[in-house]
Amino acid sequence: MLDALTVAVAVTALALAAWCGFAAYRDQPTKDWHFIGMAVVSVLALAQLLVGIVQLARGERPDQGMTIFIAYLIGAFASVPAAGFLSLSERTRWGSVTVAAGAVVLAVLEVRLYDIWGN
Amino acid sequence: MRDTDRTGTPASPAPERNATTQRQRFELGTGPGRVLVWFYGVFTVAAASRSIVEMILDFGKAPLAYTLSAVAAVVYGFITYSLVRGGEKARRAALVCCAAELAGVLVVGTWTLVEPSAFPDSTVWSGFGMGYLFIPVILPVTGMIWLRHARNA
Repeated sequence: MLDALTVAVAVTALALAAWCGFAAYRDQPTKDWHFIGMAVVSVLALAQLLVGIVQLARGERPDQGMTIFIAYLIGAFASVPAAGFLSLSERTRWGSVTVAAGAVVLAVLEVRLYDIWGN
Repeated sequence: MRDTDRTGTPASPAPERNATTQRQRFELGTGPGRVLVWFYGVFTVAAASRSIVEMILDFGKAPLAYTLSAVAAVVYGFITYSLVRGGEKARRAALVCCAAELAGVLVVGTWTLVEPSAFPDSTVWSGFGMGYLFIPVILPVTGMIWLRHARNA
């Protein structure tokens, strides 16, 4: 898989986690800028999903199986939007904590995706 | 007369009724609970999809491990639902499930360490949830702290 994209998603996810963690630390809910940040990370994850599907279609195969790979790709794409959705109706610092947690989950999924694809 | 009855008599029981409905319907999935909803939701999806995929691909390889993963998924799903629903009944049910979850993690965790041969493939709870950054063992403890706190709030 495109390693550069995996690294990019992981790094931006961690940055988003730090940013939202900082907002939680300052007792602030997620704001418009945070949602723009989430959108950026989600677009990267979507790009990764599409690239992954294209590579599968071209006949390349992940080391640990296609089903698991696709499941993780979908999970990676869904995690930040889902957390952002939860924070929409939680207008306290805990909404920010949720998005930070969602971004950390995404970063972990990226590590797993890297392993699943292999070399 | 009826009008005065309506406005007069229900006046005293009304606040009580409000108090009981509030007590029954207090939220569990807001504030810090929202973070728990997120983690329990993630683990429901993770455990469920994992066990489904493994069962479809090769159930015979490690039936015990896959069944335990499926059980874990059900427990996580129920706790997530209880947190979202809120109220005293859900709080108690979630508390019981969190205790069961903690017991499950500890038992399965110890089991996998003592007798690894019983588990040709790992479960969500193997090694106390090592493969999941030990979140499976942290989650029920945090959950129970939050559920106990929610009663007093």
